Amino acid sequence: MVESKHQWKAWLYLSPAIVLLLIFTVWPIINTLRMAFLEGYSTMGAVGGITYNFGIGNFKQVLQYKDFISCLTNTMLLCVLTVPLSTILALLIAVCLNAIKPLQRFLQTVFFLPYVTNSIAIGMVFAAMFNMVGSAFGGENEIIITAGIINNVIEFFGGERVNWINSGSSYLANITVMVIYIVWNALPFKILILLGGLQSINKQYYDAAKVDGTSRVRVFTKITVPLLSPMLAYVVITGFIGGFKEYSSIVGIFGDDMGPTGDPRRLNTMVGFIYDSLANHQGRASAAALILFCIIFVVTMINLYVSKKKTHY
Amino acid sequence: MSDKTVKIYEKDLHDATSKQRFVKVGVQVLIYAFLILMAIIIIFPFYWMLISSVKSLEEYKQTIPSLFPKEILWSNYVEAFNQASLGRLFMNTLYVGIVSTLLSLVITVLSAFAFARLEFKGKNALFAALLATMMIPGELFTITNYATVNSFGWMESFEVLIIPFLVSVFYIYLLRQNFMQIPNELYLAAKVDGTGDLKYLWKVMIPLALPTLISITILKMMGAWNSYVWPRLVANDEAHRLITNGLRNAFTESTGDVNIPVQMAAVAIVSFPLFLVFVFLRKYIMKGVSRSGIKG
Repeated sequence: MVESKHQWKAWLYLSPAIVLLLIFTVWPIINTLRMAFLEGYSTMGAVGGITYNFGIGNFKQVLQYKDFISCLTNTMLLCVLTVPLSTILALLIAVCLNAIKPLQRFLQTVFFLPYVTNSIAIGMVFAAMFNMVGSAFGGENEIIITAGIINNVIEFFGGERVNWINSGSSYLANITVMVIYIVWNALPFKILILLGGLQSINKQYYDAAKVDGTSRVRVFTKITVPLLSPMLAYVVITGFIGGFKEYSSIVGIFGDDMGPTGDPRRLNTMVGFIYDSLANHQGRASAAALILFCIIFVVTMINLYVSKKKTHY
Repeated sequence: MSDKTVKIYEKDLHDATSKQRFVKVGVQVLIYAFLILMAIIIIFPFYWMLISSVKSLEEYKQTIPSLFPKEILWSNYVEAFNQASLGRLFMNTLYVGIVSTLLSLVITVLSAFAFARLEFKGKNALFAALLATMMIPGELFTITNYATVNSFGWMESFEVLIIPFLVSVFYIYLLRQNFMQIPNELYLAAKVDGTGDLKYLWKVMIPLALPTLISITILKMMGAWNSYVWPRLVANDEAHRLITNGLRNAFTESTGDVNIPVQMAAVAIVSFPLFLVFVFLRKYIMKGVSRSGIKG
C-alpha cells in the first residue's frame, strides 16, 4: 500500500523498541537458557574467569533443594485453593449483579474497588486485621491486649480466637490468611470480565427459557454457564498464571521475611525463590525460572485443551 | 358446572401467580442480601484502614475495638509522613512515573504506527515474535537484567528504574489494534497532500487514539506507584527509593506490637492517589484491564 522504498522508515520508527527489546528481552531469554545449563553458574565467577561445565546439574540441584520444594508446594497450594474459590465467588456475584436493577451500578463500583490498590499497602491492612498483640500461647507474663478485629468477630459469634500470623502460628492459619487476601484481591478483575460477558448474552435465550417454564437452576447451568464459558476459561487461565507468580501479596502481609516471626521463608513461593538466588546463584535462579515457565506453559495448555472441549464459542 | 370450573381455574391461576411473585420477591431479597454482605466484606479493609489511622494507640489496643474512633487524631498522618519520609518517596515516584510514561508513549506510538500503517519485509513475523514474548514470565528476564544493569553501572539510579521497562509489547499491541481501526484513506489522503508521517500521526492518529493513550498513561503511572520487586533489587537507596518499597521499608514489622495507627495512616496516604484515579479515571482502567488481565 505504501511504496516499499520507504521500508527504512518503518525500521527507523521501530528502532527504539527493537534496541530495548534486544537488550532487555531477547538477550535475557538466550542468557537464561545458557546459565541454566552451565552447572553452578554465577556471574561473579564467570567474570573472575571460572569456566562452567554444560549439564543439567542446576535443575537437579534446584529440585533437591529443600527450600525449593517448599516454595513449589506453597505456590501450588495457593493456586489450587484460590483460583476455583475466587472464580466461583466472582461468578456468583456477577450473576447476582446482573439480576438486579436498583443499586447495580453502585455495587459494581464497590466490587471493582480492590482492583486499584497497592497489594503491599493493603496487605499491611490485612496483617493489622489479623494481628494479635501480646500472646496467650507463649510467655506467662504476656496477655492478649488486642486480638485483632477478625478474632474479635470470631469471638463475637462464639468461636475461639486463632493465632493467624504471629510468632508460633500454624501453617494452616497462615495459608488461610493468604487465601482470604488473594481471593479478595482477585475478585474485582474476575467480576469485571464475567459481568461483561453476562451483559453480552443475547436476551432471547432467556426469553425462550421463560416461555418453556425452565427452572432458574436449569437456566443457569444450561444457558448462562455455557455461553459464559469463554470468559470463564479466560479468567481461570489468567488466574493460574497470576497464581504461579504469587509473591508481593505475601510480602504485603508477612514482610520481606515471607513468613511469621521465628519461621522466615515458610511461605516463600517460586518467584520468591528466584529472587533469593538471583544475585549470587544465577545458574540456580535460571533453572528455577525455566521450571516456572514450563509449569505455567503446561497448565495453560491443559486449560486451553479442557476449555476447547467444554467451551461453546 | 362449566362456570364453576372456569372459576376454579382462575383461582388456581391467581394462586400460582401470587406464589410465583412471592418466590420472585424472595429470590430478589436473597440476591440483595448476598451482594450487600459481599460488598461489606470487600469494603471492610478500607474502612478499617481509615478508622485505625485516626485512632490513638491506646484506643486501637482496646480489647473490644471501637468501630468508630472516639477522637480523631490527625497527628498520626504527620507522624507517618515524617517517619517514612513519604515526601521524598512521592517525588521520586512521580519523577520515574512521568519520565517513563512520556518515553514509553513515544516508543509505543512509533512502533504501533509502523505495525499498523507501514509495509516492510518480515512485519508479520516480527509482530508474532513480539506477541510470543508476552507468554514468558517477567521473572525470567529479571535474572539477566539484574546482571546487565549492574554491568552498565546503573545500580541505584533513575535510569535503572525507567529504561528496562520502556517497551511494553502489550501497549504496542493495544495501540496497533486502535490504529488499524482508523480508515487507511485518511493516511493516503494525507500522503497526496504531502503531509509527513509525523505530522499525520500528531494531527490525526493520536487524537483519534486518545482514549487508548490515556489508558496506557494511567496503567504506566500506576505501575510506577505499585512496583516493588525491581526497585527493591536495584535502587534501594534513600535517593531513588520508590513509594511502595519505601512504605514496606519504613514499616518492616507488620505483626506484633507495632504502632498500627501510624502504619495505617501511611498506607492510607499511599492508597489515596490510587483512590482518586479510581474515582475519576475508572473507565479508562476498566478498558485497559478487560483486555489484558495484567495488573499495573
